[in-house]
Amino acid sequence: MSPVSTINSRAIYDALKACGIRLISALPETWLVHLIRMAEDDPDMTLVRLAKEEEGVGISAGAHLAGVKSAMLMQNHGFLASINGIVSCAQLYRIPLLMLISYRGEFGERDPWQTEGGGVTEDLLHALRIPSSCLDRPDHVAVRIAKAQTLALSSNKPVALLLRRDLMWEEAP
Amino acid sequence: MTRLDALRAIYLQLADRIVVTIMGAVAAELQSIGHRPNFFYLQHAMGLASSMGLGIALAKPHRQVIVLDGDGSVLMNLGGLTTLARYRPRNLTHVVFDNESLLSVGGFPTATSTGSDLAGIAAAAGVPRTARVATIDAFTQAFDEAIAAKDLTTIVAKVEAVGPSAYVTDLSLLENRFQFQRYLRS
Repeated sequence: MSPVSTINSRAIYDALKACGIRLISALPETWLVHLIRMAEDDPDMTLVRLAKEEEGVGISAGAHLAGVKSAMLMQNHGFLASINGIVSCAQLYRIPLLMLISYRGEFGERDPWQTEGGGVTEDLLHALRIPSSCLDRPDHVAVRIAKAQTLALSSNKPVALLLRRDLMWEEAP
Repeated sequence: MTRLDALRAIYLQLADRIVVTIMGAVAAELQSIGHRPNFFYLQHAMGLASSMGLGIALAKPHRQVIVLDGDGSVLMNLGGLTTLARYRPRNLTHVVFDNESLLSVGGFPTATSTGSDLAGIAAAAGVPRTARVATIDAFTQAFDEAIAAKDLTTIVAKVEAVGPSAYVTDLSLLENRFQFQRYLRS
């Protein structure tokens, strides 16, 4: 049994659906497995599996212009890999992006290869002036996702929600 | 074949279809023939025009989407070909103008100049229909067949490495973006 929280993944997925999200682009990562399977099993959701996360910026941009609400699921290293697309497609053209980013490399991280990205993620979000918030407790998941989507649409800009270990991972510390 | 002549040859078929182009010569030349509200020019984010086309094609499955791409851009997002092939939008035609160079930044040769075959790469990625053309007649025939086939097609059109004298046009990026959105949602 994976220690990734099924209950909290379900809360995130239901909140995305409640916001009208109909297309999700994703690149698999451990914390996102349940979310990706939920999207895969949902006949009302279009799941686009990517080769690299930056493609998701283009896909979300096209979907938005055509009137379809979308979200991007990625690890923070996928966010790092997407930055040119975020700046020179989404920000240049005022495209709303709802980015859900698993925040690897924080306190409690056991995988040595994840530890460098955690230290730069929030600094990069600030440098790019991308509004962000964390999801770390189930009781605020729905309202924060809804508010993030509201700001993305009203500002026509990318926003980020950082999925933290406390929410996604159930193993004892 | 010049890219401008190739664009002129298919312009009437672009008139009522959703068109996404890359930056640089393709955008400037298509605008020089005549801008339309159903044309969007992705003036940066190299590599993502085909990803935008995929997003639109999935959102608008009953509309034909034409992506006008280039060798330099495709080489920056080869993985995107595998994503295109995986979802196989039957309403998407992917034209790659291959001038074997990064023309707008000084004409430095790309890897297609030393033999990398983008039609072969697209086919191997799983794109069901591909074509490799070097003349106007072959290009228009391949384009007509792609539209008629109603299946994902990548056409690699070898073109001369010549372009417009200027790349900046009087169409602002955001004007284009909101006009295009209004067109797509109307």
